[in-house]
Amino acid sequence: MNVVAFQQTAPEGAVSPARSGLPAASVRGLSKQFGTGPVIMSGLDLDIHHGSRVAIIGANGTGKSTLIRMLVRLVEPSGGDIRLLGEDVRKLDAPGLKRLRSRVGFVFQRHNLVTRLSALTNVVHGVQSRMSGPRTWTQLLAPREVRAEAMNCLERVGLADKAMARIDTLSGGQSQRVAVARMLMQRPELVIADEPDASLDPKSGEEVMATLAALANEQDATLIFVSHRMEHAIRFSERIVGLGGGRVALDQPSDTVSEAELTRFFHHD
Amino acid sequence: MTEALTPKAGQLPPRIQRVNPVAFSLSVAVAAFVIWSMTTAGPSPDQLARGLPNIGNILSRMFPPDFERIDRILWSLFQTFQMAIAGCAIGLVLSVPLGILAAEGLSPHPAIRTAARSLIAVFRTVPDLVWALIFVIAVGLGSPAGVLAIAIDVMGFAARFFAEAMEETDKGPREALSALGANRLGMIMSAVLPAAAPSMIATSLYCLEKATRASVVLGLVGAGGIGVELKVAFDLFAYQTAATIILVILILVIAVEQTGGWLRRKII
Repeated sequence: MNVVAFQQTAPEGAVSPARSGLPAASVRGLSKQFGTGPVIMSGLDLDIHHGSRVAIIGANGTGKSTLIRMLVRLVEPSGGDIRLLGEDVRKLDAPGLKRLRSRVGFVFQRHNLVTRLSALTNVVHGVQSRMSGPRTWTQLLAPREVRAEAMNCLERVGLADKAMARIDTLSGGQSQRVAVARMLMQRPELVIADEPDASLDPKSGEEVMATLAALANEQDATLIFVSHRMEHAIRFSERIVGLGGGRVALDQPSDTVSEAELTRFFHHD
Repeated sequence: MTEALTPKAGQLPPRIQRVNPVAFSLSVAVAAFVIWSMTTAGPSPDQLARGLPNIGNILSRMFPPDFERIDRILWSLFQTFQMAIAGCAIGLVLSVPLGILAAEGLSPHPAIRTAARSLIAVFRTVPDLVWALIFVIAVGLGSPAGVLAIAIDVMGFAARFFAEAMEETDKGPREALSALGANRLGMIMSAVLPAAAPSMIATSLYCLEKATRASVVLGLVGAGGIGVELKVAFDLFAYQTAATIILVILILVIAVEQTGGWLRRKII
């Protein structure tokens, strides 16, 4: 089978950061406060270059998940600017935001698949980033090329043999790999993963992270992931960004930090 | 109603705790209203004493059932079931979009959600016999009026439960599809409906049972079905024929309920 392109051509009118030399993600003065609660983020600045692999770490409540969700406005920022894949995220209208999201693959902490449906149908859903209508709702109605591409994505995460298995019959690790396959189906330019290893046992978590990193590496795609596992942050990224006090409190190449140093960062923070 | 009293160590708590006087007064008022309603609206002992022998008399005149017109009765029963199936199918199909419009988080606008909820409330509040009377006037005597009455009645019930089933589905898959740029319809069809399907199927089967029972009585107001036969049999004092009709209705209702129950167990 042909290898599925990880990166799709940017939609008409969109500026490819790779071509423009702009960062894949650029955040300036970002702040967030939920209602009248405590300020989670205040004046956060961050640039993530195209093709890089960045781990976001930090203690609970430092706003790691909030930060990456704000990048695609799954959470609305309270202030600041976000540029993602050349788009001014906060100024996008609903169709513009939909177009931007279609270019960004998001892997969640939980697999967020429809458990009563087959792995193949869940992967076919990924095509809704660029198609719509009944042919994208189930593998039963999907065009031949979409089914073939979905099978290809499952093959790339090592689950082609589970294509027709219902998600509720798969293990946690397998389900998370199906979620990665769904993300591949999207042909994203940028991959964001919110603790994809958190709900898995160490072995499955390692497999999922290895799959994500390998796929990103293979296609030179940008990967931003949040992880609480220091060994994963060091091993699967080339840069580690630590959040603390609502800002970037640590920003170092992964090969210059040790697990012990990162653990100290957590305790110090 | 009561305020919890903390027992001291080594002591048993009191059997009756301190009673809230307002709650106690309300309870007494409710109990008094129930008793008053039973004495004014319910049958008096004298009426019961006179009525029970009459019921016994009618039941004795019903036996043995008369199967002479069984072919006509069965055909009428079949038409009644068709009326239930058609009304139920129309009602269920229309309940899906109505349920979506009424579901929190899926409805496109709060005003549309309120309108959909209000419409469902109207459908549910007005009894099916009243709908049948309205449709008999609107489309004339016969089964079309019954089918429409059942459809409306089913919508009042199913759309509400469909909306609740959709609201209760896991929000994760919806968020995932929203994050990849899927449109609202794609998200509903791909993530919400498949997850809500077992509950919706169970509701649909219950609706079929309810529609079957309803279809029997709608004939009494001229909306078609075996109810007409039953009314005519009673009007002509043909109690043995009426017994046959009641018997076949009983068999149909039990068959539908048993099949529905079996299917529910298989699906859920």
